[in-house]
Amino acid sequence: MSGWAETALWIVTPYLTLLIFALGLVWRFRYDRFGWTTRSSQLYEHQLLRIASPVFHFGLLFVIVGHVVGLLIPEHWTRAMGITESMYHMSALVVGAIAGTCTLAGIALLIYRRRTTGPVFMATTANDKAMYVVLTAAILAGLLTTLLTSAFGEHDYRHTVSPWFRGIFVFQPDAAAITAAPWPYRLHTAIGMLLLAIFPFTRLVHAFAAPLTYPFRPYIVYRSRSATGGPPLTRRAPRGW
Amino acid sequence: MRVMPQVAMVMNLDKCIGCHTCSVTCKQTWTNRPGVEYVWFNNVETRPGQGYPRRYEDQRRWRGGWELDAKGRLRPKAGGRLRRMLGIFASPLMPSIQDYYEPWTYDYETLTTAPLSEHSPVAAPRSLLTGEPTQVRWGANWDDSLGGDPSPDPVLAEVSDQVRLSFEQAFMFFLPRICEHCLNPSCVASCPSGALYKRSEDGIVLVDQDRCRGWRMCVTGCPYKKIYFNHKTGKAEKCTFCFPRVEVGLPTVCSETCVGRLRYLGVLLYDADRVAAAAAAPREHDLYRAQLSLFLDPSDPEVAAAAREAGIPESWLEAARRSPVRDLIVRWRLALPLHPEYRTMPMVWYIPPLSPVVDAVAGSGHDGEHGGNLFGAIEALRIPVSYLAGLFTAGDPEPVRLALRRLAALRSHMRAVNLGEEPDPSIAAECGLTAGDIEAMYRLLALARYDERYVIPTTYEARGPVEEAGCSLDYDGGPGMGSGAFGEASGRPVPVSIESFHGLRRRQTSETIGPDPLNWDGKGAG
Repeated sequence: MSGWAETALWIVTPYLTLLIFALGLVWRFRYDRFGWTTRSSQLYEHQLLRIASPVFHFGLLFVIVGHVVGLLIPEHWTRAMGITESMYHMSALVVGAIAGTCTLAGIALLIYRRRTTGPVFMATTANDKAMYVVLTAAILAGLLTTLLTSAFGEHDYRHTVSPWFRGIFVFQPDAAAITAAPWPYRLHTAIGMLLLAIFPFTRLVHAFAAPLTYPFRPYIVYRSRSATGGPPLTRRAPRGW
Repeated sequence: MRVMPQVAMVMNLDKCIGCHTCSVTCKQTWTNRPGVEYVWFNNVETRPGQGYPRRYEDQRRWRGGWELDAKGRLRPKAGGRLRRMLGIFASPLMPSIQDYYEPWTYDYETLTTAPLSEHSPVAAPRSLLTGEPTQVRWGANWDDSLGGDPSPDPVLAEVSDQVRLSFEQAFMFFLPRICEHCLNPSCVASCPSGALYKRSEDGIVLVDQDRCRGWRMCVTGCPYKKIYFNHKTGKAEKCTFCFPRVEVGLPTVCSETCVGRLRYLGVLLYDADRVAAAAAAPREHDLYRAQLSLFLDPSDPEVAAAAREAGIPESWLEAARRSPVRDLIVRWRLALPLHPEYRTMPMVWYIPPLSPVVDAVAGSGHDGEHGGNLFGAIEALRIPVSYLAGLFTAGDPEPVRLALRRLAALRSHMRAVNLGEEPDPSIAAECGLTAGDIEAMYRLLALARYDERYVIPTTYEARGPVEEAGCSLDYDGGPGMGSGAFGEASGRPVPVSIESFHGLRRRQTSETIGPDPLNWDGKGAG
């Protein structure tokens, strides 16, 4: 890959992605608060969903935790905690492989369900289908990197992908670091950026509806109909031109 | 004491003829849209019967409402906050569409396009979910007026086997149901997004559509299964108590159109501070009385002062004093709550039907309006009383008996009056009433006019002319803009009235004949 292409892919694209991600979420929230949901199809079909959805989502949560640990925590930190290289990679591999496989099995089952259950398929938009392609590709490429690590055990992404990733946030993205990684890692990273870029415009936004405050609020919610007598209603009169 | 007002409803079941006018007018008003084809904010059930959705009262299965934990504290029956959060990726306790029914329409187009043939063309049923030909297997009132299939009725299952057979022969009545707008709503408690709320002005429980994220926990949480999932928008929808009408002092559509004029609307004041304690009464039999104890007397100066302090307008206090609902619930104890054992403190109450008892007495060759006969029958007919108790008092027969005895006294007393005889004062006295009470009851139950049945204060605040929030056509693309960029349900929602107005226009002026000549076709507007 030539120099300018590398610069474009590993230095310009990350910032574009983050920009689209952040502004997209803000725009979607302002434009489409009503559509900020995943449009559950449970009413149509619940038997497969009951298994597939938790398997996928819990798998995904572990995958996300794994990414946070692997990308954000530098190697010398874990070493300082007394975790040896082999211990780290062994546990990352086991947890990653289990979580990744669960995620893949979950999404496979979900896509199968979506395709074969008539009403569910009818409720699937073109947007949904495109999102499924990117999401599945990201998961497959991710699992491929895990497999390669286990097969060869020689590449340490904590010397290539992770420094580049951390560099993004201190405005010193190190393109040379990531280009040193084998192609599955680069492929997975590229698809990951694509996934983040389409995120605000798909049903994936429901991740940002996670009701984290629910455990801390009283059970019964009272609200006043008048704007003065209580917390404001979310829908305000639209602003004129 | 924290005084809160609640607009409550009472239905007199003796008068319900099961005509479903309330259901149909409600549907035409609120749920004639795609995504809610299967939804009936108001439905009329035949009891005994399965109900809608099927066997919704079986809380061992659906786990709606509240329960007491080991320490006697209230907890949603489906689990507390953390447990619900862990189960957020699937909602296994939610009924599926088959538990309601698969909505359908008919292929009407065949009727007009079929070629000339020997046999008349038939409009075959089509599923509104898939558009495919379907077999109609169940509906919202499939067991209408059957009342003879006791096995699926969860309330009847509690009555012993021995009495079931005679029960089926003796007893059938209609139970119209809407959202209970509970004082302790378990749907609100179940909503992870905080989109469901109880309005502090009138106690109406509503869903904030912009805040609802479609987690579906409320559907599980509501033991009456009166929250529905719109499968097109992915949002919860529920009976609104016709709040735009109630706000301007009009009765709900179901009340307005009720043929039997059996619904009453009025204001009750209650003490919001004591709701949780009342709902946590250790014995289920005590829940009815615990709820009664929450209601405050608006004529009490102390209550009135506290109400004024809480910002309740004078017009609402006046309405609370004239409330027909308060008379039926508190003064005469004629009306009873539906399933108080769910601990949600429901606020749509029912006057239990005396007619089955009268019919049983008359059917056995006795005088069905004779006070003594009726009193005796109420004691003797253990089955209807225990079934009604299973519905209205968590199984305690005494409040049901009292209500039925008072209704019997009313019949007997008024017959004497109508026949020009001297009413026997002991009949009224025997159930703790005076002749004056009975005549007031008679006036409210038999004669009451519109403004006596519906005493609803408006929520207008006297602040000059009402300001329009903006022209309702002013949004991206204008009317009929179709769907947003993220599929059918996205973008700003089309105001319902606009949708049906333009839908109707399009249907009226289009060349092709739509799938359904009625105004709801489940496939988008026309």
